[in-house]
Amino acid sequence: MDAFTRLDAKIAPLPLANIDTDQIIPKQFLKTVEREGLAKGLFYDLRFDGDGKVKPDFVLNRPEYKGAGVLVAGDNFGCGSSREHAPWALMDFGIRCVVSTSFADIFYNNCFQNGLLPVVLKAEEVQALMEEAKGGNHLVTVDLEAQTVVSPSGRTFAFEIDPQRKEKMLKGLDAIGETLEKAGDIDTYEMKRALDRPWLEDA
Amino acid sequence: MARMPGKTLYDKIWDSHLVADQDGESIFYIDLHLIHEVTTPQAFAGLRAAKRGVRRPDRTLAVADHNVPTEGQALGVGAVADEEARLQLQTLERNVKDYGIEFFPMGDIRNGIVHVVGPEQGRTQPGMTIVCGDSHTSTHGAFGALAQGIGTSEVEHVLATQTLRQKKSKNLRVTIDGEPIPGVGAKDYALAAIREIGTAGGTGYVIEYAGSAIRALSMEGRMTLCNLTIEAGARAGLVAPDETTFDYLRGRPATPKGAAWEMALSYWKTFFSDDDAHWDREIVLDAARIAPLVTWGTSPEDVIAVTDTVPMLDSFTTPDKRASAERALEYMGLTAGQPISEAKVDVVFIGSCTNSRIEDLRAAAKIVEGRTVADHVRAMVVPGSGLVRAQAEEEGLDEIFLAAGFEWREPGCSMCLAMNPDKVGPGQRCASTSNRNFEGRQGRAGRTHLMSPVMAAAAAIKGHIADVREFL
Repeated sequence: MDAFTRLDAKIAPLPLANIDTDQIIPKQFLKTVEREGLAKGLFYDLRFDGDGKVKPDFVLNRPEYKGAGVLVAGDNFGCGSSREHAPWALMDFGIRCVVSTSFADIFYNNCFQNGLLPVVLKAEEVQALMEEAKGGNHLVTVDLEAQTVVSPSGRTFAFEIDPQRKEKMLKGLDAIGETLEKAGDIDTYEMKRALDRPWLEDA
Repeated sequence: MARMPGKTLYDKIWDSHLVADQDGESIFYIDLHLIHEVTTPQAFAGLRAAKRGVRRPDRTLAVADHNVPTEGQALGVGAVADEEARLQLQTLERNVKDYGIEFFPMGDIRNGIVHVVGPEQGRTQPGMTIVCGDSHTSTHGAFGALAQGIGTSEVEHVLATQTLRQKKSKNLRVTIDGEPIPGVGAKDYALAAIREIGTAGGTGYVIEYAGSAIRALSMEGRMTLCNLTIEAGARAGLVAPDETTFDYLRGRPATPKGAAWEMALSYWKTFFSDDDAHWDREIVLDAARIAPLVTWGTSPEDVIAVTDTVPMLDSFTTPDKRASAERALEYMGLTAGQPISEAKVDVVFIGSCTNSRIEDLRAAAKIVEGRTVADHVRAMVVPGSGLVRAQAEEEGLDEIFLAAGFEWREPGCSMCLAMNPDKVGPGQRCASTSNRNFEGRQGRAGRTHLMSPVMAAAAAIKGHIADVREFL
């Protein structure tokens, strides 16, 4: 997993609630057997019309937001399907951080597997950031160590994050490697389970 | 003497699967891992890259469901026209072979939608922990199993370790008491609950469904209800196991037999919420006050009674919600204030992991029998598995559907997410028994109205959204 420490990047506003993972990456892009190359499908139906032509008004198609590394969006970002293709597509497009008032559980969890930082701010803070992102200056600083987002005008918003998740993201740790340190405990659990629930062993 | 506080069903399953705590996270054991072609290729690639194996191939079961065509399955994967889908299906075939995982391939009568197959085979059992790289894994909670959808990195984690890392969720109980009115069932209960909770309201919770109306549901109904739990934001839904559960499980291919059955049964009976268990949140609904429901918008919380009108924009409280509603109305081609029953449908889809089981098909067939699908409507039934299809054919349901003008197709996820050739066309309106009405979900620019199988059947006949009570 990529580590995330501090990011200076453009922020793009997406003022919609309930942006689901079908919108983030539509089904036709899920047939890949790779993790890479999904940027082409990111927000496909928002970025392109029915004939595959670029919709110039969509925020990520506008020149002033080119290369944006942060998104600020409405409530419940990432709801719906569990597809990890959603964070993969965001990352592949260059987005390393999404700011919202709330995230759906599975998406939120998937972000931490990939070094994509989901930042939860209060509704009025998200609204303020959204307004600033629509202005002329789009540069923000996201500092995971300090747990802050500094807005284009210099306002600092602090955010909460689970300390263990923060630590892992700062270091880019591999969850499987960590769990395997407890392989002995898994062995013990399995032995006990085989005694307690033998019918699960001869399937 | 101090007494231990009561536990919820979720607490009990969680506690009985804890392997270790590490850095503030819990590592808990997974009893059953279901896999399919779409969310696993990258997980197996990750295993190979790290030179890791599959810890418990015997606790893993694979199916092909998301992108399979719903005709010509007997021709095999080589005949799948879509090149990318074919490669993905072939990749799964290779992976299960390399790692010794049991697989029901496309065309096998046991194959079908992963959340239909698990229960049907008796793999899903009370008190278990179950995961799958699919958000509708919540379905299996109908058996009193803690079942949740996971991402591909976690699929890889479970393949390698047979465990998952997580922090415990909170407990939310949804109680539905009372007698439903005719024409109302589990799908309506689920939509009513989502309307009440909202699509984000269940975030961070596991939901247990309780009450007399839930007890009265069949296993198929409970699966529909738990399936839609994720649409309220909760990763898992639960119904405590009871005689209905045990009757369903008895004699299925993977359920224990003889003395082992008795042993399992007494274990399963320990999985219920104690009377003094603590609930972080409670919601109570009255079954008698739930009408046949449909969605009008592009979020599963956009729910109204079939007799209602599309909501006015000023009924939305926040600017975000109003903007989303305005966008939804435009996308759906509807006007605020119009009766929803005026909405003419082009497509009717009866299928998906929400509503493609035998009971769903029986209920829809009862409405359809002796009637005809409206001329302008394309209507299709996609059974949830090869076994459901065979059972329905034995009961003559296929003939009822075909005589009415429905297509009778082969099993798979099909038009629920339109990864295969079954799609709703741009601007077309679909009455669907599936689970998501998101923009583009059933096909680019397609318009989805979620409803129960009997309501979808009524829409097929009338040619517009219709109240099933007219047919009872």
